Parts: sequence; C-alpha cells; structure tokens
Amino acid sequence: MATILIVDDSASMRQMVEFTLKEAGHQVMVAEDGLAALNLAKGAASDLVITDVNMPNMDGITLIRELRALPAYKFTPILTLTTESTTDKKMEGKGAGATGWIVKPFNPEKLLATVNKVLG
Amino acid sequence: MATKTTELATVGTHLKREATTAEGLQYLTFTLAGESYGIDILQVQEIRGWVPVTKVPNAPSFVRGVMNLRGAIVPVIDLRLRFGLESVEYTKTTVVIVVTVRSEQGGRIVGMVVDGVSDVLNINNAADIKDPPDFGTAVNTEFISGLVTIEAEMVMLLDVDRLLSIEEMFAMESIRGVDAARATA
Amino acid sequence: MAIDIGQFVQTFFEESLEGLDIMEAGLLALPPGAADLEQINTIFRAAHSIKGGSGTFGFKEVTDFTHVMETLLDKMREGQLAVTGEAVNSLLESVDCLREMLMAVRQNTDIDNARVGDLQGRLTQLLERKGAASGTADATGHRGPVASQPLPPAGGWLIGFRPHLDLMHRGNDPVRIFRELAALGDLTVRPDFSRLPRLAEMQPEDCYLAWELELRGDAGHEAVTEVFAWVEDDCDLSIEALVETIVPPATGKTAAEEPGQGELLLERRGGDRRKSDRRGSGAAADGGSIRVGIDKVDAVINLVGELVTTQSMLSALGVDFDMDRIDKLHEALDQLDRNTRDLQEHVMRIRMLPVSSVFSRFPRMVHDISEKLGKRVELQISGEQTEIDKTVIEKIGDPLIHLVRNSLDHGIEPPGERGTKPQTGIITLNAYHKSGSIFIEVGDDGRGLDRDALRRKGLDSGLLRPGEEYSDEQIHELIFHPGLSTAKQISDVSGRGVGMDVVRRNIQDVGGNIQIASQPGRGSMITICLPLTLAILDGQLVSVGQDCYIIPLLSIVESVQIRAEAINRMAGKCEVLRFRGQHLPILRLYELFGAEDAVTDLEKGLLVVVEADGRQVGLFVDDLQGQQQVSIKSLEKNFRRVSGVAGATILGDGRVGLILDISGLIRVNNAAM
Repeated sequence: MATILIVDDSASMRQMVEFTLKEAGHQVMVAEDGLAALNLAKGAASDLVITDVNMPNMDGITLIRELRALPAYKFTPILTLTTESTTDKKMEGKGAGATGWIVKPFNPEKLLATVNKVLG
Repeated sequence: MATKTTELATVGTHLKREATTAEGLQYLTFTLAGESYGIDILQVQEIRGWVPVTKVPNAPSFVRGVMNLRGAIVPVIDLRLRFGLESVEYTKTTVVIVVTVRSEQGGRIVGMVVDGVSDVLNINNAADIKDPPDFGTAVNTEFISGLVTIEAEMVMLLDVDRLLSIEEMFAMESIRGVDAARATA
Repeated sequence: MAIDIGQFVQTFFEESLEGLDIMEAGLLALPPGAADLEQINTIFRAAHSIKGGSGTFGFKEVTDFTHVMETLLDKMREGQLAVTGEAVNSLLESVDCLREMLMAVRQNTDIDNARVGDLQGRLTQLLERKGAASGTADATGHRGPVASQPLPPAGGWLIGFRPHLDLMHRGNDPVRIFRELAALGDLTVRPDFSRLPRLAEMQPEDCYLAWELELRGDAGHEAVTEVFAWVEDDCDLSIEALVETIVPPATGKTAAEEPGQGELLLERRGGDRRKSDRRGSGAAADGGSIRVGIDKVDAVINLVGELVTTQSMLSALGVDFDMDRIDKLHEALDQLDRNTRDLQEHVMRIRMLPVSSVFSRFPRMVHDISEKLGKRVELQISGEQTEIDKTVIEKIGDPLIHLVRNSLDHGIEPPGERGTKPQTGIITLNAYHKSGSIFIEVGDDGRGLDRDALRRKGLDSGLLRPGEEYSDEQIHELIFHPGLSTAKQISDVSGRGVGMDVVRRNIQDVGGNIQIASQPGRGSMITICLPLTLAILDGQLVSVGQDCYIIPLLSIVESVQIRAEAINRMAGKCEVLRFRGQHLPILRLYELFGAEDAVTDLEKGLLVVVEADGRQVGLFVDDLQGQQQVSIKSLEKNFRRVSGVAGATILGDGRVGLILDISGLIRVNNAAM
C-alpha cells in the first residue's frame, strides 16, 4: 500500500482516479489544483504524485518544480496526466522534473498498471 | 416527513410487533357512534390522544385543523363529521389515529379523530372478508372495502386512501355546498 | 480487478456542462482582435478537460469534436490564429453543439451528426486558413499511419543504457526499467562501472552506473522503447537487434494492422458505454443537489462544536443543580440561544447560491438577440456574487429572461434613433442585499415607457377612469395587468402582452414583489425584491380569539387603534378606515378565518396595516404578540394550499401557527370588492 497524491481540476477524473487507487488498497490524497496540492505536500509525504498539467491557480508544471524543491519530494515519482496532442507538454513536465506521464484517455486498468510499474 | 417509527401511545407496543410478524392481514379496529371499523394496520403510523388543533380557513367542517407531528403539519379529520354523523364532545378516550394515505402526489400523513381504539384484528383467511352491503350502513359504502364478522359483531373495513383523500374531501364539500345553497334558496 | 467507471459519468456531465458555461462566458468576454491570453487559456482549459474526460469515459464523438475546438483555441493562445468575430461565433455555436452532444450522450439518444460535421468542417476551415498543414491533420483527430518501425528480430534486443547523472532526480529508477524489461522476455543485465568515482567524490543522489542489457524473446521494438519512454531524454540509449539477419517482412503488415493502443482502449470502452449511460441517466433522475463550498460546511461544523460544548455545560449544570447556580444556567441558556441562531443562519447559507448562476446566461442571450435585432447593446452585470436561496434562484430565471428581452426589444432604440445618447445602448443587471431582502434590478437606457399609450390603454380597458389624474406610478403599474402591452409590433423576441402579469405572478410566488420606474427617453428600471430565503421569515405574532397567526414583518406598515368615527361603511359590507388621507379597507381576520371567541368590537382590538403590491389593507386582530423568526413549513405536503395562507410554522408551545399570505389576502379582498 502506498500513499498517492492526485491533482486534477476535473472532479470526474479525480473521483475516478481516487476510487481506482483506493480499490487497489492505496491511501489517497486529493487536490483540485496545484496550489492545494502543494499545501497538502508540505504537510505530508507521498510515494507517488499524479498531476494534471493544465489547471487554474497553479498548473502542473509549476507544481512539479515546487514539489522538487521540497526535501520530501525530491525523489518522489511524479506522473503527469496528459493528452496525446500535447507531446510538448510531456517534455515540459519532464523538464520541470516529472518522472513520466500517463496519456489520457486512460482506463482504470491502465492507470493501475502504470502505478504498479512505478511503485514496483 | 415524519419517521416511520411507530409510537403507539394508547395501545402499547404490541401492535407493531404483531404487525410485522403475523402472516395474515391485520386491522386496527376502532369505534365510531357504536359501530366498529377496521383499517389496515400497515397504514397506521401512531395513535395519540386528542389535543386542540389549529383551525384552517375555508376548509370543510370535518377538517378540524392541523396539528404538529414532530415538525410536520398534519391535517386532522373528524371521522364522525366525515361520515355525516352527529358530532360529540371530545373526551379523554377520544383518540387521533395517524395514518399514511397513499395518493397520486405520494404518501400523505393525516390524523383522524375516532371515539376510541378497540383492538387489533387478525384475519388469517382472506375469505373471511365479505363484500360490503349496498345498504343499511351509516357510512357511504364506497369507503368500505369489506366486512368481517367477529363473535357476532360486524367490523367494517375502511379504504383509508379513498376516505381521507384530500381531493375527494374537498370535491365532496363543494357539492355539499351547492346542495346547501339550493336548500336554503 | 474490474472497475466500473460508469459511476463517475454523472460527475463528468455536470463538470462538462459547467465547463461549457465557462467557455461561453469566456468567449463572450473575448474582445475581438486582441488576444487576452488569460481568457483564452481559461476557455482552452475547459475544452481540454471535456476532451480528457470524454476520452476516458469513451464518448468518442465528443472527444473528436472537442479536439478540433481545442486545437483552434490552442492556435489562438499561441497567437497563430487571430481572434475574429467569425471564429468566436463558430466557437460559440460549437459550445451549443457540444452541449447538445453531451445531452444526447447522457440521454442515450442520437447525436445530430450533420450539425457536428458541419461545425467541425467550419472549424477545420478556420484552422486551414491559418495555412498550417499540420493544423488540419491535427484537427481531424486522425493520425497518419505510425512511421514504420523496425520489425522484431527473431532473437531479441541488445540495449545500451547509459543514464545521465541526474536520472533519479526526477523520480525514475533503473531498477523499475529492468523489472519491466524482464517482464518482456529473458533479460541479462551487465553493469558498466567505468563512470563510478571514488567514494569521497560520489554524490549519493546521482546515477554513475551504465548497463548493457540483453533481452531475449519476441518483444517488439515498440514495446522496448515504451519501457524507456519516460527516460528517453535522461539517458543515452541504443537499441539494436540481437541477430544480424533480419527476417524479411513476410508478416509485413503487423505494425500497420495492429491498432494503436489508444484506439483499442476506445473501442473497448465503447462497449462499456451503454451500461454506464443507463446508470448516468438514472442518477440524473434523482433529486437536485447543491455544490457547497467547503468553508460553509466548516463553519457549520465549528458551530456544531460550540453547540456540543454548550450542551455538555448544561448537562454538567443539571447534575445536582441548586438555585445558587441559576446565573450559570441563564448564561448557558443564552449561549445555547446564540449557538442555535448562528447554526440556523449558517445552515441556511448552505442553500444559498450566488445569483451569477442565473446572470451568466445573459451575456450570450444579449449578444444573440441584439445581433438579431440589429441593435448595439452592452450588458453590464454587477453584484453577481450576491447569494440567494436555491429555490428562489430556480424560480426567477424565467422572469428575468423576460425582463431582459423586453429591454432589448422595446427599451433600447435601434441605432440612429438614440438621439444624443451613445449609440450603444446599455442594459444593466444588478443584485444586492438590503435590509433582509435581496434586490435584483434590470435597467436600460432606452426609450422608457410610453406613458400616453399606457394611459390610453388603461382608459380603453376601463382600468382608469376618464378625467381623473393619475401618478406616474399608477400608470406604470398598468404594464403588470394582463393584456396590456405597449409594444407597437409583435416580435418573436418578447411577444405579445402576455408577460408582465406572469412575471409579477412568478415573483409573488416566491414571496417577492416587483416595481418599475421609467423616464421617457431615459430608460426604465425594474426592481425585484425577494426574500432572503424561503425557509425562514421574521414574523409578527397576532392573536385572534384562541388562534395565533403570523404576519410577515416585512409587509407590516404599522399598527393602529381604531376610533369608531373614522370608519365608513361602503356599499355592501366593506368597511374602510379614513387613515392618513386615504381609505383603508378593513379585513376582519376572525371572519375570514372563522376564529371563535375573538374581539369583534373594532375599538377594542388593533388594526395591523399591511402592504403588498403597492396596496394597503388593515387586518383587524385582537392583539399583538411577540415577534420571532419562524421556519416556514408546507401545508400542501399533507394537506392542500389554503388561500390567504402562505404556510405554517410550529410555535413555541408546539402548536401550529398559520403564516398569512398578505398579497394573497389583498387579492382575495380586491376580488370581493
């Protein structure tokens, strides 16, 4: 079981990811934008961060930079949620310090497979 | 809406237990002007003593008013007046049976004033229920769903949904009003 | 593990519809020509979310359509495409179209493919005009065939993997990669220590090792590169076939034939879709829900905490209470009183929504209608954060639409007829709180009401008497009468004279009232006054015989004692009181409500002067009791609507008190006269 931080401004995505990961026995923290996520992260470490890129208040790219500056998140795997059309976003995420990405659309099985891959 | 919890103030809690365990049909019987009536116990919410109610304007005379049932506003119908019987002073034994009336608008809660509650009637064989006669009762037979004879006493089973239908009560009153107007003219 | 994502479909629809509202509002606020980056980004984000969600839930048509919109918005954001009126209008239409698509998907009905295709074509055209070939390829949502990949060799792959020093700084781990490769076939790992520095120089966070990996098996090139996808830029990577002789493409079509992973997923979820749809529509059928800000919920939780403290204080007092501690008891009871009131207030706030949810539809409406009428109109909205009870919000939407349409159609003049006023007309929409009520104003700087025309109609219909003088208010009041409309022409925008009377009735149904002020040539202002909430009101308790009634405090003008000589008996039974220069009709409540043992001598009771819809009457009661806030309970739920009664409440002694419907009473009284 791992603690996973989910960041997405879309409620349905949040709910789906949260539900899937909880079903798989993980502990889940949820934030609806980068700023909220950063505040959560300052209070608690997690084993994995899954974040959307395009969000109000603080976007995913800035969030990743901020997270990497926190000692507890220096080596934490961070995955971005991205759509195929935004290949440059994948790289922008990587540039900011993301570990990898999950391409939208995805289904729960694919999500779990990726998460398990990262968590080992 | 009021809860489903059945509070049986006067007849005790055995009512509820029997209602849920017996396999046959169960009716709560009560008296009105010396006659016995029964209503389906599943529609009975609770039984309370009479307390003064708040009058409602422009309502038929048998609508005594509205009462507070744990925060819900519930109309109280005088069953004697509803049947066109002579009204009597309310006494200590006068009770209000609170029933759930099914209507097109969903379930309604209505209180009805009767002379007194008698007992719970178990009918194990539906064949014991006879069709209502089309004469000789004080009550309009359209509200009677059947007759049962218990130890030489006749119990009239009432169709509460029709009897206490708000729409029907007001429709009837307006007809009566017209009749009354004709009578005085 | 199979997870049914259908349960989240409902949320997806809700947030998508909200997203569409955001897009619409954003597009309307977009100044043509100038690219407001922040604004476009907001619109883009909404489109992006819808696309992502629809993809996940398998609504392919929605994904494809949103993809084109998104591409267009992206180009605008990048400054590669101008923000023209045409583009904005096409996007607005696309928003409408998308809304319909979502509805169709939600209700499991057919999507209007012709319309979707048409719009998609127009958007694509806009993209093409930009002259970028890549844009069109993107816009159609279809990708060309994947560039031909090296075919899998019979033996496997030899992989040279030399991570950059900072590979692990991004959370990647070579061990994960090996684990994944091992899942693809038979893996041999040979480390290369050549970069390893001396221990003293070693940074524990850096990756000094490199590896030569031998993967035996039939894993494809694509599968292998996929494993390295995340670290592609964080390492030097070489992937070579293990065996020198590459098998000729006897099964040469494998790569092209095999559908990409993304497509496969879509297909599979397409199969699931019907199931989730059914679930979605089922959820849509159940009762309404409110989105409540977490701060409101927290406030309630805090108050409950305080209440619990007070309760424990009182329990402690209750254990061996003696009269010495009566002060403590009073104190605790005061606190309980305060807690209860605070809690009540905050719980009520949960039902309150900002009026922006109603106002937000107007920019689009004004934009569309003014274009249709050939008028230039600017809509100015203020006070949209004012909060109103949810039930009231739901009821005022239609009346407001009617009022704004009226302003557009009859108020604002066409260009050229506005005289010295600016050629662009202004319609204002404003909301604010004042003294326990909410006011909503709809104003315009148009031509104002035609007083003479109204007066003529009033005379024609017998509502006004010839030869009498009438104030402006009295004349303006006429527009609320059924059948009186001053519109010279019938238009399909605001229609015939049905309307203002319906508007007033709707407003009255939620306990509000409506007034109009107008100046010829300068415009009109309609003010709607609404109760803060439908659930609670400030009431004046009055006694009539044995009964107690509640009069809404807001409708009370004053209470007076009556002198018999000031009473006139009009023809029939109607009594009026000469009072401050006017004749006030007297309604004896005990007569109306059949109360027993009431005071019948006018000099021995009190007259409560009440006002509604600009009319006053005196309600005759025995006496005034206290004032208190009462929560309004429905009479209709178990009984029926009673004329002259707005509802009921539970009084302090547990009895039921009826709340008077003043405007209903006045209507009944007028009808009787």
